[in-house]
Amino acid sequence: MFLRYLIIFVFLLPINSFALIEVDITRGNLNPLPIAVSPLFSDKETKSNLKKTNEKEDIGSEISFVIENNLKKSGLFNPLNKDSFLQKPDIAHLKPRFEDWALIKAQALITGKVTLIDDKLRVEFRLWDVLAAKEMMALAFTTVPSNWRRVGHIITDKIYERLTGEKGYFDTRIIYVSEEGPKTKRIKKLAIMDQDGFNTKYLTLGNELVLTPRFNPTNQMVTYLSYFRNLPRVYLLDIETGIQEVVGDFPGMTFAPRFSPDGKKIIMSFAKDGNSDIYTMDLENRIVERITNHPSIDTSPSYSPDGKYICFNSDRSGYQQIYIMKSDGSNVKRISFGKGLYGTPVWSPRGDLIAFTKLHKGKFYIGVMRTNGKGERLLTENFYQEAPSWSPNGRVLIFYRETKTDEKGEGFSAKLWSIDLTGYNERLVDTETDASDPSWSSLLSN
Amino acid sequence: MTRNVIISSSFHLIIILITAMSLPFLAKKPIDLPPIVSIELIQITEKTNIPFAPKAKKIIEKVKEKEKLVSEQAPPKIIKKEKPEAIPLPDENIEKVQKLEDKKQNPEKIDNKVKQASEFEKKELFDPNNIAALIDKSKEDVGETAEKTFKVSQNQDNTVDNIGLSLSEEDALKAQIFGCWSIPLGLPYNENLLVRIKLKLKPDGSVIKSEILDHARMNKPGQGFYKVLAESALRAIQLCQPLRVPSTGYERWKDLQLNFDAREMLEG
Repeated sequence: MFLRYLIIFVFLLPINSFALIEVDITRGNLNPLPIAVSPLFSDKETKSNLKKTNEKEDIGSEISFVIENNLKKSGLFNPLNKDSFLQKPDIAHLKPRFEDWALIKAQALITGKVTLIDDKLRVEFRLWDVLAAKEMMALAFTTVPSNWRRVGHIITDKIYERLTGEKGYFDTRIIYVSEEGPKTKRIKKLAIMDQDGFNTKYLTLGNELVLTPRFNPTNQMVTYLSYFRNLPRVYLLDIETGIQEVVGDFPGMTFAPRFSPDGKKIIMSFAKDGNSDIYTMDLENRIVERITNHPSIDTSPSYSPDGKYICFNSDRSGYQQIYIMKSDGSNVKRISFGKGLYGTPVWSPRGDLIAFTKLHKGKFYIGVMRTNGKGERLLTENFYQEAPSWSPNGRVLIFYRETKTDEKGEGFSAKLWSIDLTGYNERLVDTETDASDPSWSSLLSN
Repeated sequence: MTRNVIISSSFHLIIILITAMSLPFLAKKPIDLPPIVSIELIQITEKTNIPFAPKAKKIIEKVKEKEKLVSEQAPPKIIKKEKPEAIPLPDENIEKVQKLEDKKQNPEKIDNKVKQASEFEKKELFDPNNIAALIDKSKEDVGETAEKTFKVSQNQDNTVDNIGLSLSEEDALKAQIFGCWSIPLGLPYNENLLVRIKLKLKPDGSVIKSEILDHARMNKPGQGFYKVLAESALRAIQLCQPLRVPSTGYERWKDLQLNFDAREMLEG
């Protein structure tokens, strides 16, 4: 009995307790993360051996420049000036003095080491959290020395994924139409390059007009349109082997062949009996299937990443607008309702957005909207720009922009540009020649 | 047996009847309730946290000086003893230890940890003997400085009521962390992006201990973005140290929970 009273008494005792204070942090800054990319260390022996086999002597330093350049272009990172680094690369790779790196305001640090073992390049790197003073990631790669740029891209992908939470897009390539000569007599060739503009290769000779190259999302195949004896022809090109095959000749105006997400079909629009509709072709049995059947002009189809839906543009409402439908052509629904004309819709690899080109009051815009048509955001405005293509992680868009021809008929140029979803990080993509119609590959290392 | 059943059912019936009788719709006249006026209670502190405007300060000081000149019976000027500015000198002992450690480090020893990877074959470099330590590390970050017991006088404690931070105090803290938190922009905006971190603070606002409350989510498959977000929040806290906490009422805010929510920013 006494014990019972005692327990009740203890519960009733006034206790001076404080409720835990909660503070909601709902805003932050969108400033790029300050990151230090220390040159990758290589000893004298490695350097001299590399000099014999490779043009570059200090590959470690070159790789760090590739990483730094990639991170800077992403707009999410601010690589710090190497002159401000206090610690040498060899010691930093073993154990960084975090105070030194914190002093120059670095929040993350990349160190690494390059060695040459049996004529193979071994690159290891470590990612450090400077403020928490701990290692976040450590990986090693072995490859042939000539592949050092790709190692830089793969390392950037790993760092990007670890720090942002989404896959990277640096170990990728871009295929585009290279353009040379005066506007009236352009020579157009298919060209491919790394996403940072290096290692450009030309895939066609320029005898025939080539248009709209598109990557297969699952491998390194490309489909494109070329005119052979003034007839549009759809080609398949294997970039690794260089083998090219004709998918088929199509009558009238044929537009923009594009792969399905599984890479087994091609979807495109072409005109039959004077009416442009959307068709698919099975690449195994070459059976063509009609998807839309409407008296209006339906073009630019693009699959959703799960393959269940297709977005396309159509003028069935009187003006060119964006529509979505199920992959069998049912449940057609208009999603764009803004002012102006909408074209070239492309479904994001993430599945959440659709990128498009918009023409309004004589200006061209590249924008994105959600798949239900809501949340339209125009990312960039210019005299003429179109054909957005998504990076494999759905964060960046690449497109081409043409400049105005002056009174003398000069000044025309076509260049590739990239912009991220924030709309602030707009960059000119370096190409050897003028360029148009870009298409971004999936990650090569997957 | 039947007797018990009868007793039980009659008892239940009585309870049901009592409940039904007292239901509000059975009342003859509905009570006419006046409309509810919501009142938000705001705690006002004695002193505002807005920093004193430097321009105004200069003007006031000038005016004061002028006044001093006019005054005939000006008190003798008291020269304050200038305290030497606290320059963060590198701790020599620590550096010595660091140097010794650097010397001791055998590069070959590190290499042993790095396993040979085949062509473009990636392999996480980790020490299998050290897994437990890795798990423990990510769970809670204990500050470098050892926890000390801070004596708060009873008088000081009594002046503070059992309430949260005032609006101005909360705003000051929020504004500070807003500046330090770099939101990782790659996060999916349609996911639950709330990271709750519990802090144990010193009276000067520096962090003794930080603990992620939903720690289990960090290592769940498919929740990689949560780990990224949690790490960014921890970085923000580290970067902001010491936190802008009120100068009084340590007992009140020595344990603080910060809820980092990135949804608003990422949805735009």
